[in-house]
Amino acid sequence: MIEVKGLVKTYGTKRAVDGVTFTVKRGDILGFLGPNGAGKSTTMKMITGFLRPDAGTAMVDGIDVTVDPVAVKQKLGYLPESAPAYPEMTVEEFLGFIAEVRGFRAADAKRAQVDRAINLTHLAPVRKQSIETLSKGFKQRVGFAQALLHDPGVLVLDEPTDGLDPNQKNEVRSLIKNMASAKAVILSTHILEEVDAICNRVIIISRGKVVADETPERLRARQPGARLDEIFRTLTHGDI
Amino acid sequence: MRQISPIFKREFVGYFRSPVAYVFLIVFLLSSVLLAFFAGGFFRGRVATLESYFYFHPWLFLFLVPAAGMRLWSEEKRSGTVELLFTLPITTLEAVIGKFLAAWAFLALAILMSFPMPITLAYLGAPDWGVIISGYAGSILMGGAYLGVCSLMSALTKNQVISFVLSVFICVILVLLGTSMFSGFMTGFLGMPVAFADAIANFSYLTHFDAFTKGVIDPKDVLFFFSLMGFTLFLNVVALER
Repeated sequence: MIEVKGLVKTYGTKRAVDGVTFTVKRGDILGFLGPNGAGKSTTMKMITGFLRPDAGTAMVDGIDVTVDPVAVKQKLGYLPESAPAYPEMTVEEFLGFIAEVRGFRAADAKRAQVDRAINLTHLAPVRKQSIETLSKGFKQRVGFAQALLHDPGVLVLDEPTDGLDPNQKNEVRSLIKNMASAKAVILSTHILEEVDAICNRVIIISRGKVVADETPERLRARQPGARLDEIFRTLTHGDI
Repeated sequence: MRQISPIFKREFVGYFRSPVAYVFLIVFLLSSVLLAFFAGGFFRGRVATLESYFYFHPWLFLFLVPAAGMRLWSEEKRSGTVELLFTLPITTLEAVIGKFLAAWAFLALAILMSFPMPITLAYLGAPDWGVIISGYAGSILMGGAYLGVCSLMSALTKNQVISFVLSVFICVILVLLGTSMFSGFMTGFLGMPVAFADAIANFSYLTHFDAFTKGVIDPKDVLFFFSLMGFTLFLNVVALER
């Protein structure tokens, strides 16, 4: 579903992403791990067509994002880091806007999509509230609802559980797990336990390069008996 | 181009979701009408025209249009929603046009809210409606040309203050080029030929707005305003697609 081939992005003299290559199939939940500044977000921004790669490309469902970004954006659901949304709109208005841009123009189709997204993410109690008045957990869920609204086959989630309390984290994880069977999901995180909890594949990225791409079990087997964060530290020790 | 309408709708309604719209509309109306009354001599002139109202528009727009346009892109950049917007299935051009049209419609609303003035004129005398309509058309077109500059400046920075100051600066230049003071300076002090001074003055809002207030809609003036809008919006797209 997602094919990433040799992505490169340079900011000034710093090579943020340096030849990242991987594929994600339907049913995969890929955990995208790495220290802060390793290039996780930049890679995701290139897959979603927000940034233009300096070299390489990403294919979603066989469509090249550098050739037809709008078609790729139609297939993707993307939750950017810290879930940006228009603060002065209410949850309902905001999701209504997303629905219209996603092509649900008729009033009943629009309402159906918005209601579905609100129910999936348990936003019903705040649907008439403006987004700026919401707590961090609710804001994150609004970002989620926005990404899920058109029931995309591919989900790209940049730190979906960042800043949530343990209960909310759990809820978001089960949400991702429940719908993953029919989708390809990439989620970035720096919480290692999250990988154990939901991912069936892990990619560790350090200084813009992929340093590990395997199942969580295989990753564990690299250093039998060691905790995940120790393995993580060994793999990314150059990136301090 | 189908995607322009949801962008337009969100942006236009967005003005009214915050106090921005109300503050802007009230300040715009008060300042434009008060200038016409006290500085322009709307009643004193004893003539049933809106010339005293439109006369101050190029100067008023200098500050008020950048105030309405500075947030267009700066705010999206600052709050990070630009990332949301450009990962939705829309092209940069659609987003630029949708937002610009929304701001322009808002500006046109502010201008048209002065409708009690022509009604007053009709009550007191027999105004020439053609002149009034061409004045409104010219003012709205000129507002769009100011707004194109402001939208472009807003796309260059995530700081709204910088966006405002740059917009005012460029608009001041585009106004001053058309003043008699400037052309006098060009021909008298610098000794340049009159034809050259006139050519420079052609790039000013003033030069092209003047005829509208006299009731003349010259295709050249209309073309100037539209090409300025087109040019700035083109650069706007370029600035956003890095």
